[in-house]
Amino acid sequence: MKRDFVLFIAFSLLVVAVPLLFSGGYLMNVLVFVGINTMLAIALNLLLGYAGQISLGHAGFFGLGAYLSGILTTTCSVNPWVAMPAAAAVVGCLAGLIGFPILKLKGHYLAMATLGLGIIMYIVFNETVDLTGGPSGLSAIPNLKLAGVSFDSDIKNYYLIWSFTLAVMLFSLNLANSRVGRALRAVHDSEVAAQVLGVNARLLKVQIFALSAVISSLAGSLYAHTMTFVAPASFGFNFSIELLTMVVIGGLGSIYGSFLGAALLTLLPEFLRGANEYDIIIYGGLLMVMVMYMPGGLVRGVPALYRKVVRQKSVADHA
Amino acid sequence: MLEVSGITQIFGGVTALDSVSFSMSKGDITGVIGPNGAGKTTLFNIITGIYRQSAGTVLLEGKDVTGLPPEKLARLAMVRTFQNIELFGGMTVLENVMVGMHTRSSAGLLACALKMPWSISEERRISVGALKWLEFAGIADLADHTAGSLPFGKGRLLEIARALAVEPRIILMDEPAAGLNSQETFALAQLIKRIRDLGITVVLVEHDMELVMDICDRIVVLNLGRKLAEGTPREIQESPEVIAAYLGDDD
Amino acid sequence: MQFDQILQYTLSGLSTGAIYALIGIGFSIIYNATGIINFAQGEFVMLGGLLTLSCLELLKLPLWAAVPCAVAVSTLVGILFERLAIRPLRQPTPINLVIITIGGSILIRGLAMLVWGKDTHAVPPFSGDTPIAIGGATILPQHLWIFAITLIIIFINKVYFYRTISGKAMRACSYNRRAAGLVGIDVKRMVLFSFIISSAMGAVAGIIVAPLTMTAYDVGVMLGLKGFCAAIIGGMSSGASTVIGGLILGVLESLGAGLISSGYKDAIAFIILLLILFIRPQGLFGKADSERV
Repeated sequence: MKRDFVLFIAFSLLVVAVPLLFSGGYLMNVLVFVGINTMLAIALNLLLGYAGQISLGHAGFFGLGAYLSGILTTTCSVNPWVAMPAAAAVVGCLAGLIGFPILKLKGHYLAMATLGLGIIMYIVFNETVDLTGGPSGLSAIPNLKLAGVSFDSDIKNYYLIWSFTLAVMLFSLNLANSRVGRALRAVHDSEVAAQVLGVNARLLKVQIFALSAVISSLAGSLYAHTMTFVAPASFGFNFSIELLTMVVIGGLGSIYGSFLGAALLTLLPEFLRGANEYDIIIYGGLLMVMVMYMPGGLVRGVPALYRKVVRQKSVADHA
Repeated sequence: MLEVSGITQIFGGVTALDSVSFSMSKGDITGVIGPNGAGKTTLFNIITGIYRQSAGTVLLEGKDVTGLPPEKLARLAMVRTFQNIELFGGMTVLENVMVGMHTRSSAGLLACALKMPWSISEERRISVGALKWLEFAGIADLADHTAGSLPFGKGRLLEIARALAVEPRIILMDEPAAGLNSQETFALAQLIKRIRDLGITVVLVEHDMELVMDICDRIVVLNLGRKLAEGTPREIQESPEVIAAYLGDDD
Repeated sequence: MQFDQILQYTLSGLSTGAIYALIGIGFSIIYNATGIINFAQGEFVMLGGLLTLSCLELLKLPLWAAVPCAVAVSTLVGILFERLAIRPLRQPTPINLVIITIGGSILIRGLAMLVWGKDTHAVPPFSGDTPIAIGGATILPQHLWIFAITLIIIFINKVYFYRTISGKAMRACSYNRRAAGLVGIDVKRMVLFSFIISSAMGAVAGIIVAPLTMTAYDVGVMLGLKGFCAAIIGGMSSGASTVIGGLILGVLESLGAGLISSGYKDAIAFIILLLILFIRPQGLFGKADSERV
């Protein structure tokens, strides 16, 4: 327990220190995306890595949060600080309602159903032009303001987003090592045994699905208010796959793994600037390679690899 | 304590159970035996809410619990273990038992995530309680091992410790001696007797005749989906129908 | 809402439905033999169309040679996929299988994008494009090709699965893989066969529909999903039920797009998918599973 606490504090200090050590609006902007993607990856990981339920439609909840918050603040002139929780509440209720029938499905069927759900949401974003602006998107979304400070620059956005990201991380870490977290992992390992011990597996799965959607919605709202512009293209099937890749690469069931996966997949395209078209191939290849050779993700695979190498080296030294 | 009446189960064209009725008294160790295919596990699955029966009722302490799902039965203090142990392989031994205490704790999703002080003290209580059950089962030294890495015999004990953490009034064990050597079976017999001494009613499905005759107060014999006989171990050993069912007619 | 209009929508819906049926059968064959839902199924459809185009334009092959060529190459990709991605999987849990087949589909799509670019390409129809009048509606010759070839393929499927030894072996695998293994059926080979048949069927579907809808590197996604939908409606059968499922889907989609709104056309398939999965996951024609533990 102590060690987890120290690790989190160290990580938070690192987050705070980065803008002081590195400068550049562009880097800050990219790191804002890393923060948002980390929240999304954690949301998906709670569902997939802990509870063991596949969702290929999470980009849809992300988009819902973004659009609901955007529409409330532009068309209805609601204060963003009210719009964000309102959007999260709506998304949470929706997810809760859909969760009951959809989580009766397992494995491939659940994957397809969530895929379908995500695509339906994407189509709605595109078609309800009066509300959402259609394919051209929704613009002039207001920035968040707090105590007279308007979050309109890269460095301010960085601290804004990462405060939320760290809060989500802490929330999830607490949850993972708690009674509910254990119940989730139990349902994942053996649903029938968990039920026999009194865990209401069905209800728990729906709760996590709703929580996962709420976190995604929050990330979406924050995205809308920092970018001030959203378009359906960011919330389609491709992004759902990207999120899945982040979670798998980082490590299912590891919160820090989600950060790792999100960071890697957000920063990688920046280093492959010219290879913009190739990123889709790389995701596909990465997914396959990770599942085949490092199913635990980087967060477990890399230390294991290191230990293997060290052990082989010490055997060689003693030979 | 537990009464089944008229339990009938039909799968497609096969009648797995045909109007089976018997009762188990509080504080007894009851054994359910029978040749393979007699319907013992099917009966178990019906009692413990995993299957829907075609007909019949199950009464727990006088209350009709027929068709209730397993999680509700756990809150009514009935628990079971599985023939192919269903451990939570990704968690530690201690964590497995801590899940057993799920019904004896109540911190919800928000309380856990926000680390409310009362959820922290409850967590400590769960941890201490789980360790006690590991000691009862004799495997406290394995508390930090990954459950998936345990040898089979220890895994059995873990599953029992985990079930006991529910603080049940009745525990149903599906072939607990399966896969154990004679030493482990002896230790199991002692453990079951200690469980009975705690006041918990025990029902076993078993094939190991020595174990059954040794510890059971009453025995129910099933054959081909029907109840064949019911009585004390001595009565069952001397019953001609039971002998015929197991060994075939002597003519 | 004239009868002619409805007839028109229905006819074009039947032809897209036939395509969905072929793709759906492909899903079912692999699922029944292996328990895997092959997310990459749609990509074979895409490959069929684009490969035919290349055979016609680059290699200047005549149609009757281009088609088998395209099918052969697609099937080869299917074999490679099974060998390299599916077979070596150490932990074939549903999550891992879903991820690997998704990864595979993305990879194939990405490679297709490299080869053929992002543009849509037109593929010439098999026998011209003079419209044929039926009642008050018109269909194109390509529609007739689609109906004819679909029927032929379904017939070949029936013969293969019910009259040949290897077909019966595959059916045995789908009912009970372990038992099939115990009686000497090479289950691994059946898995390979299922991929071969499905990728070939997918490619054929892609080839016959490409002249109508144009083809591009990303047509596989939607077609695959809708084919899956057809399979679900049909209860994952590799026969008539899925065909009917595909036809129902195609017609409903076409009528919905024409009569209600064309923007939501794609949503129709997914709404149907969700409804079926929620209400009757065994499909319209399947029997509910009674679980044996």
